[in-house]
Amino acid sequence: MKNKKNKGLVWFANGAFALISLIALFPIISLLISSFMPSSVLMRSGITFNIDTELLGLDNYAYIFTQSSEYWAWYGNSMIISAITIILSLFFSSMVGYALAMYNFKGGNVFFVLVLFILMVPFEILMLPLYQLMIDTQLINTYFAVVLPMIVAPVAVFFFRQYALGLPKELMDAARIDGATEYGIFFRIMLPLMGPSLAAMAILQGLASWNNFLWPLLVLRSNDMFTLPIGLATLLTPYGNNYDVLIAGSVMTIIPIILLFIFFQRYFVSGLTVGGVKG
Amino acid sequence: MNTMSNSGARVRPKTKRESSKVMKFLNSKKVVPYIFVTPFILSFLVLTLYPAIQGIIMSFQSVLPGQVEFIGMQNYTRVPNGTFYKALTNTTVYVILTVIILTFIPMLLAVFLNSKVIKLKTLFRASLFVPALTSTIVGGMIFRLMFGEQETAAANQFISFLGFDPVNWRFTAWSGMLLMVLLASWRWIGVNLLYFLAALQNVPEELYEAADIDGASRFQKLWYITLPQLKPIIIFVSTITIINGFRMFEESFVFWEAGSPGNIGLTVVGYIYQQGIQQNDMGFGAAVGVVLMLIIFVVSFIYLIMTGTFKKEGA
Repeated sequence: MKNKKNKGLVWFANGAFALISLIALFPIISLLISSFMPSSVLMRSGITFNIDTELLGLDNYAYIFTQSSEYWAWYGNSMIISAITIILSLFFSSMVGYALAMYNFKGGNVFFVLVLFILMVPFEILMLPLYQLMIDTQLINTYFAVVLPMIVAPVAVFFFRQYALGLPKELMDAARIDGATEYGIFFRIMLPLMGPSLAAMAILQGLASWNNFLWPLLVLRSNDMFTLPIGLATLLTPYGNNYDVLIAGSVMTIIPIILLFIFFQRYFVSGLTVGGVKG
Repeated sequence: MNTMSNSGARVRPKTKRESSKVMKFLNSKKVVPYIFVTPFILSFLVLTLYPAIQGIIMSFQSVLPGQVEFIGMQNYTRVPNGTFYKALTNTTVYVILTVIILTFIPMLLAVFLNSKVIKLKTLFRASLFVPALTSTIVGGMIFRLMFGEQETAAANQFISFLGFDPVNWRFTAWSGMLLMVLLASWRWIGVNLLYFLAALQNVPEELYEAADIDGASRFQKLWYITLPQLKPIIIFVSTITIINGFRMFEESFVFWEAGSPGNIGLTVVGYIYQQGIQQNDMGFGAAVGVVLMLIIFVVSFIYLIMTGTFKKEGA
């Protein structure tokens, strides 16, 4: 009898999870479907359950590919900014995290405590003086201004330190006996060993930069410099006259990320769970 | 590795000694870590320490282009006003709701996902995680279209199916808050779920075996073993949710851009943005920022004391 009761529970629990998963995916699926609807219909009725399949078509995508050079400028900016962020933040953060883990040096612990401290200070509180600094140094409205606060990401430093702690220190000694310099040890021996952590942080930093909003909103001023989130947000007007670009553009913003996720799920998971802090 | 040791050997003989001295200095184990850490030191000084100090100084100033003067406490005496209280109330309500939702729901889901009851674990976990990949802007745009004021929009269709009247979602106080909380929950449940799943995997199996021998029920095991074992991760997740909640801005911006009707969606960071950037009153914005920082520190500190994080139990 107990078995029968368990079977009912199993069915119920699995059914509940299937429903919850469907609810979680519903907004994305409905975005995808709505992107094939004429923007005028979308504006009139919103995202709706009654889909008139006769209306579905590729108009929004045709428009965005042929008429909207502005959207592609944003796309390019987002790509460039994310790429620079990933390269610089991986390079510098791994170096710092590695040093904190592998060397015993004066002040090493102080630096580590500072890393944790920065993790806890909300960026929003520093943003006005930083914004002023960008104006004073005339860096406003440049890629550099957007990237600067992300170059040495405390989350990444913390993650790399934890990861490096698990690396074999004997390798370093062996390499020293072979005459390798400390820099050679890092770049040629230890950094390759940190591969999985680099992948996880590349994804975390890339995603954070791709989706970043508040700071780029402050420092980017001209339409041709906007990133995707800023550009798309300008289309969110009460008049709804840009829904074609807005909705097809949103789909193309998240598709690359979802594809990456499908291929590199493992790295996403380890990257985002160490993050914890809002990206 | 041999190639590296040769790197200094090609230098002309005369300078060889000097350069090798410099090399030796740069390569000594006492110097190397500081060189590695230099980017962090620079970034800390320029991007954290400087703006932190500058922010405090600015909060005592009236900052106009080319005309900065100290005005004492005047910015701070202006902070307690109706709009600020409205923003603080909204933020606080949002923090309380998100902490409850984003701690309990992921924990519950994780307990089920971790049990043998659920099949297709990876699929469920992945589907719940996918919303975290969208930006708040894209997510918010979808929510705006789903929760449109039209009767045909998905949310209104759904509630009229249940027998309720259509709601003007973005223009009513309670539903405005609901939209922000829903959007955040949708995007974060999957991430927090992963934290709890990771923690559950670390609960020693022997504890459950011992409980089985003692004849403990499913619920007793959950209450007396799983929950106490999860305590550190519960505190972690709820603390970052509190901090992220006080920092909230985008979830409000995406629904109402610059301003919401009757400020139903105004948050403290939104108020800083409005005053500091849009009204160009940076001194006042900085003062609100300092107040917000104090609030965050005090609230998280009280929370961590209440949950016993500072006690040395070794738990």
